[in-house]
Amino acid sequence: MTGQITPAPDHATALPRTGRIGMLLQRSEAARGYSLLTPTLLIMTIGILVPFGILVTMSFWTQAGFGFDTALTTANYEKAAERPIYGALLTRSLKMSAMATIATVLLSYPMAYFVAFHVHRNKMMWIVLITLPFWTSYLLRVFAWKVVLGYEGVINSFLMTLGLIEAPLEFLLYSQSAVVITLAHAWAAFAILPMYVSLEKIDRSLLEAATDLGDGPMARFLRITLPLSMPGVISASLLIFIPTTGDYITPALLGGPDGAMIGNLIQKQFGAINDWPMGAALSIILMLSIGAIALGFMAATNFVRKRIS
Amino acid sequence: MSHTSYIKRPNRPLQFYAALFLIVLYVPVLFLPLFSFNDSVYVRFPLKGFTFQWYVELMDREPVWAALRNSIQVGIATSVFATGLGMFAAKAITRYRIPGKGPLVGFIMLPLVVPGIIFGVALLVLLSRMGISLSLYTVTIGHVIVCLPFAIATMIPRFEGFDPAIEEASADLGENAWWTFWRVTFPMVFPGVLASLLLTFTVSFDEFIMAFFLTGTDPTLPMYIWAQLRFPKEFPSILALASIILVVSFVLVFLGQWINRDAHAAASKK
Repeated sequence: MTGQITPAPDHATALPRTGRIGMLLQRSEAARGYSLLTPTLLIMTIGILVPFGILVTMSFWTQAGFGFDTALTTANYEKAAERPIYGALLTRSLKMSAMATIATVLLSYPMAYFVAFHVHRNKMMWIVLITLPFWTSYLLRVFAWKVVLGYEGVINSFLMTLGLIEAPLEFLLYSQSAVVITLAHAWAAFAILPMYVSLEKIDRSLLEAATDLGDGPMARFLRITLPLSMPGVISASLLIFIPTTGDYITPALLGGPDGAMIGNLIQKQFGAINDWPMGAALSIILMLSIGAIALGFMAATNFVRKRIS
Repeated sequence: MSHTSYIKRPNRPLQFYAALFLIVLYVPVLFLPLFSFNDSVYVRFPLKGFTFQWYVELMDREPVWAALRNSIQVGIATSVFATGLGMFAAKAITRYRIPGKGPLVGFIMLPLVVPGIIFGVALLVLLSRMGISLSLYTVTIGHVIVCLPFAIATMIPRFEGFDPAIEEASADLGENAWWTFWRVTFPMVFPGVLASLLLTFTVSFDEFIMAFFLTGTDPTLPMYIWAQLRFPKEFPSILALASIILVVSFVLVFLGQWINRDAHAAASKK
């Protein structure tokens, strides 16, 4: 609470409304900005930076019974590199969330395009409708897919009632495809926003110019709309790829053994397996791989953009 | 307007796709309320009959009420903290030229992108090293971190949307900075503050992964649901509970977005 009150005296000193004070405030603008930001930064430092530092440190420890051996060692990282299970799970997680990302972006792009170019009244209403599910319980939305894809779930029981299949389709639940479908569905609302914003920003006169100069709808889209909306596509891809790689709920509820991801393994280290240092090391490895891929992706798109323009 | 008509021409396939998209977006979730009224312990077609049984059963469960109380406590504390801090941060980000603003904002927005499990285990490790036992307080800390970016992102368009000259006019007319804030700035951004309170409450109320790692002996509502998912015979009452939570969440988020709608409109015009 003290953090919120801090700016008050700062404001109070500004009581006299002289030009000199105004000048002073002008000069200390950055200082006032920082003082307003301080409480937030403090919370974020305590909640993110410090824990992350300890997580990194712990990843160099080892588990010894119920305690930790705090002698620094790279044993966890060596173990992660040697045992194929860790690498395989990480690769699978990256692959699955890459698939979910591609599916989401491809399926959401036309929707973002529609709202940006073809909705003229109640645009806000459409945006609210699309993003509404994103704000509500992730757990329940994943749970809903379990109800839909389950062994005796909506799809199987519906098809059996119709007599189209004799026995439930087993591949629906507890598979990688179940996880990818659910991830794509759950993050669609998140993907639309950045793409919508960059489509909305496109100057309509560019499209008119293209038409006047003889471009058809397809050429117009490929030469103007698509390239100009690429920043939105790129941020949408990263906004989905990064968090889904470390997802826990979806693979836990729908993945089964075949669809387990790295997040499940990390959770197990802090739960049943009770090897916190290994869990810390896996978290760091996950962060580093996501970071490397995101940077690579951005560098690649930058390179392509420069080559095109 | 005739020269723009080719852009405004309705695109039938695209309209069809948009309708389909919305249907697919909402249908899976709608199965939860549908089966919550079904008179059968099995969640499958064909539907057996209409019943309120599962909702009635829910009312008699003390753990559900306890979890609800926990979630509401955490939600209110989280939304007040996140919105209070976020309001000052949003003002700083929009009103002041601060060196290093870009990286700072990026840092604050990290929880939007980084997998929740990382923050969850990192906080867990910190708390356990400090010898702090897990409780609803630790869940609240986790939720404030998750909610701050949402609060700030909700209020920034509000601060961007009104002319700083109004604040300057108030100062010129003799109001000090403190009262300028409460009598001019705050009423102007109030819809954003209200929206942020509603949205962050909902995010906290529905949040799972932080609570999963940071809950002590008192479960929040999502944690209670998670624990019950192991028991197939509990499925119908969980469906009933899930339906109630979904309806409440949708109403709160819709209200929040609606209150704040002109801020979005202003922001998207930029």
